[in-house]
Amino acid sequence: MPDPQPVIRVRDIVNRFGTQVVHDGVSFDVMPGEIFGIVGGSGSGKSVLLKTILGLRKPNSGTVEVEGREITAMGERELREVKRRYGVTFQHGALFTSLTIAENLTLPVAEAMELAESSYRDLVELRLRMVGLPLPTAAKNPAQLSGGMVKRASLARALALDPAVLFLDEPTAGLDPIAAAEFDELVLYLRETLRLTVVMVTHDLDTLTRTCDRVAVLVDGKVIVDTLEGIVANPHPWIREYFHGPRGRAIVAAEDRASGA
Amino acid sequence: MKRCRPVPDLRAGIEYEQARRGREVAAELMGFTVEYDAAAACLRLGGDCRMADAPTLERELRALRNAGPSKLTVDFASAGEFDIGPAWLLQRALAECQAAGSRIESVGPTPEHAHFLQELTERDVGSMPPPEGEARPAWLVGFGKGIVERVSSWYEALTFGGELTVTAAAAWTSVKRLRIPSIVRHVYETGLQAIPVVAVIAFLISVISAYIGAQQLQPFGAEIFTVDLVAIGVLRELGVLLTAIMVAGRTGSAFAAELGVMKLNDEVDALESMGMNPYEVLVLPRVLGLVISLPLLTVVADMMGLAGGAMLTTYLLELPFSQFVMRLESAVGETTFWAGMVKAPVFGLLIALTGTLRGLQVRESSRELGRLTTVAVVQSIFLVIFADALFAIFFLEIDF
Repeated sequence: MPDPQPVIRVRDIVNRFGTQVVHDGVSFDVMPGEIFGIVGGSGSGKSVLLKTILGLRKPNSGTVEVEGREITAMGERELREVKRRYGVTFQHGALFTSLTIAENLTLPVAEAMELAESSYRDLVELRLRMVGLPLPTAAKNPAQLSGGMVKRASLARALALDPAVLFLDEPTAGLDPIAAAEFDELVLYLRETLRLTVVMVTHDLDTLTRTCDRVAVLVDGKVIVDTLEGIVANPHPWIREYFHGPRGRAIVAAEDRASGA
Repeated sequence: MKRCRPVPDLRAGIEYEQARRGREVAAELMGFTVEYDAAAACLRLGGDCRMADAPTLERELRALRNAGPSKLTVDFASAGEFDIGPAWLLQRALAECQAAGSRIESVGPTPEHAHFLQELTERDVGSMPPPEGEARPAWLVGFGKGIVERVSSWYEALTFGGELTVTAAAAWTSVKRLRIPSIVRHVYETGLQAIPVVAVIAFLISVISAYIGAQQLQPFGAEIFTVDLVAIGVLRELGVLLTAIMVAGRTGSAFAAELGVMKLNDEVDALESMGMNPYEVLVLPRVLGLVISLPLLTVVADMMGLAGGAMLTTYLLELPFSQFVMRLESAVGETTFWAGMVKAPVFGLLIALTGTLRGLQVRESSRELGRLTTVAVVQSIFLVIFADALFAIFFLEIDF
């Protein structure tokens, strides 16, 4: 079996703000069909890394390849093509507050292609069904939705163009454990059925254990990539603190109990 | 960097991906094709159908819908993989045809997503809301909404006025609740910082009016009355009115936007949760600040206006400055300055009230914020001019 091509290939990314070095040679691959978690302390540059991969920020040096195409060396137009292959959800949803949910979901489609009005409506219905939102939500404004529904609507918008890669920024932050668990299941379900590649930045240890196949930890401007088990066993002090601190320990302990039982 | 390795349970995904890539090469050579053959009543699909192919697919589906054949064959034989979006559109169209009474037969392998689509369709998630404008005519909806909005806006304005009056009455009893530092800050921001622009505008307008006046009066040899024109015009009307309009554009919008953003960020709720009254903390200092600063700005505008008039008469009419001053003394009565000045706090009050009220009315969306900021400026300018007209009538009646 030949080596599978990574969907995203990040090589030696360096990001600097003035004299402050955020990333000092970050490299990793995201393989097709996997759910890839990115964790790191506040200020470790998770958002900057995400922006770099999304092509919203040019790194000071290093390359990012998406499906074999180097986006760091691309012009505006080509980059726009690549961005159509992305679906992105933001931490606070970033739904357009002046548009209804239906209009939010139609916007990216209408921008990319011209379809009949009824087709737009059909597609809105599809995306709502995909993320498990009740259809009457379509007529509502973002302000009328609960936190969990905003996240789902935001995911629905990210899926509007049938992306190959889904980026989730803190998808479960601010959700109650039930809603968060449901969201985890939704992501797993969509990965299974659509064979999406998912990259998520998260602090939610439960989400990490439930969904992520591999985890990248940003520490000291570098990145450590491994399976979750490998990361948990990593001797780096920050990682030990992260997974074996009071909050992490509870989860690891619970897992041990579960597997021991 | 750690060499990345495929995780065992990913193998299926990777194998799938490789197979897909193999097909993708084939599909790239071929591209997506769709054709509705009306003669054979057959829909032929070929290659991978991506979301970007949706318009092509839709065109053929429209032809299919229009034809509405009694027996339809769907040929998937050379079809590749479908993105879920176009697959859904296809399924919808086929379901519609079926409902219209056509028998559908499919040839070739069933697309992979069929099962997923089936599952999605079966989910009980209610029904889509009716498309807008279908139920009632748009003008009727707009008319009704307009009336409801007007009424609730008036109601809110009344509540606002009441709350503010009560707060002001209570705040008057204690220095702390009057929030003097906050008032001072607003006087600085709305008054001191506006001095340059107000001064320049007042100067230019008085130069313009003096120039036009001089031009008209010269044929009659009455150019000396240009001084009267400028002095009375600036002191009674132009100084205060232009200042108020400038401030409405500058500060009225700022008040509305500031309070609107605070509203959107839940900052107003945060204040209330800490037991602070937003009227006392946010509205009253702004209102008092502007009531203080607008008269001060008017003094500046009056001075600059007279300076502009003096400059123009000196250079254009070659009237010595001393004569300008003499003429000014006889032209300006005791009340001229105060007739302008007394209006300033009233205008300030109107602008501040409109700005803060509109700001607090912002809810839910960023569009609201923009709309209400505009409304704040337009309404405060309107109110200022309207109040000015009332003052003019009143002063005429009492011969002020």
